[in-house]
Amino acid sequence: MSAAMRAIFAASALLIATATAALAASEADYKAAYAAAETANKEAGLLRNQWTTTASTLAAAKKAGEAGDFDTAVAQAKEAEALAKASIFQATSEKERWKDMEVR
Amino acid sequence: MTRRLAIRAAFAAFALGMLAYVPARAAESIDPAADKAAFQKFFTSKFPKLKLEDFVNGPYSMNEDLHKQWEEKEQFPPYEFSLEAGKEMFATPFKNGKTYADCFPNQGIGIRQNYPYFDEKEGKVVTLELALNRCREANGEAPFSYVKDDMAALTAYMAFTSRGKPMDIKIPNDPRALEAYQKGKEYFYTRRGQLNFSCATCHIQSPGQRIRAEVLAPALGILNAMPIYRSEWSGMGTTSRRFTTCNSQIRGVPLNPQDDEYRNLEYYLSYVSNGLPISGPGARP
Repeated sequence: MSAAMRAIFAASALLIATATAALAASEADYKAAYAAAETANKEAGLLRNQWTTTASTLAAAKKAGEAGDFDTAVAQAKEAEALAKASIFQATSEKERWKDMEVR
Repeated sequence: MTRRLAIRAAFAAFALGMLAYVPARAAESIDPAADKAAFQKFFTSKFPKLKLEDFVNGPYSMNEDLHKQWEEKEQFPPYEFSLEAGKEMFATPFKNGKTYADCFPNQGIGIRQNYPYFDEKEGKVVTLELALNRCREANGEAPFSYVKDDMAALTAYMAFTSRGKPMDIKIPNDPRALEAYQKGKEYFYTRRGQLNFSCATCHIQSPGQRIRAEVLAPALGILNAMPIYRSEWSGMGTTSRRFTTCNSQIRGVPLNPQDDEYRNLEYYLSYVSNGLPISGPGARP
């Protein structure tokens, strides 16, 4: 194998290792994602409009986080945050939109 | 200069006056009597063959086959045990010797149609379930769960003593009562939960239609039949149970039973069913 080929292989291996490390979620990533989701869900609670699916997705994130599966934990926490934000949007937009459905 | 100041002051006063006028107009636009008329007309137009008083029979008024099943079921109604238990509980004295009858007008007999009412002292809506637990607590007894058997039994008995009496909810001339009514209406029509349903989605837009195996009940008269024995629950359920399970079925986190929102919702829904007879306790699929 030529020196040039070896250099290419070495560079590729290095790149793959770096990329994998960058993709794998850490405990810190999980904690940050979970905190963001929890904050959004608390806001939905203040609007009296939490969703059961946000709660169950948050619970799934916590379970994965406690088991050390941080990739799943981050994915679940992000999903929970998206659900909580959707419930906030719903509560906010319904402040006026409910009138469209009223029997008059 | 003085003239300019006077003009500015006049403008400011006018603007302030307009600001005060806007909320006053908003409050004026709350018209429960007009709401009730429109609400009842909506249902009688949608189901022209039904008599007004039939709406209290929920899904059984919407479907002929179900109606036949219900007539047979009423020979040996599934709520009968609860009704008997409620009658006994109602008559049994508390440890201090007093009874439920001591807490209510007319000794608690034939008064279901007047609940919920707006308590002007408290400034809030008081439901029958709430009044029963307050009665217990005032007499040194622990409150019952709002969603379970004991509360259902007591309200079943009280409803039974009012059977046939028209719902008669009053809205006193008090802005707080009107606000409670309006908030109840808003809750009824507001979409919530991941399924994005409001109470009206099922009970205004779709009564008589099926949601999976269930035939949806009309909102008109829906509370006149409470509490109910539901085959789906294999037991009795109160109005509180109905509200909280409705919320969780649409993937919304239910509020606590007897939170202000639910009390206001019961006030609104009962008021728009004024004139329809009390039919509780009821039975539902």
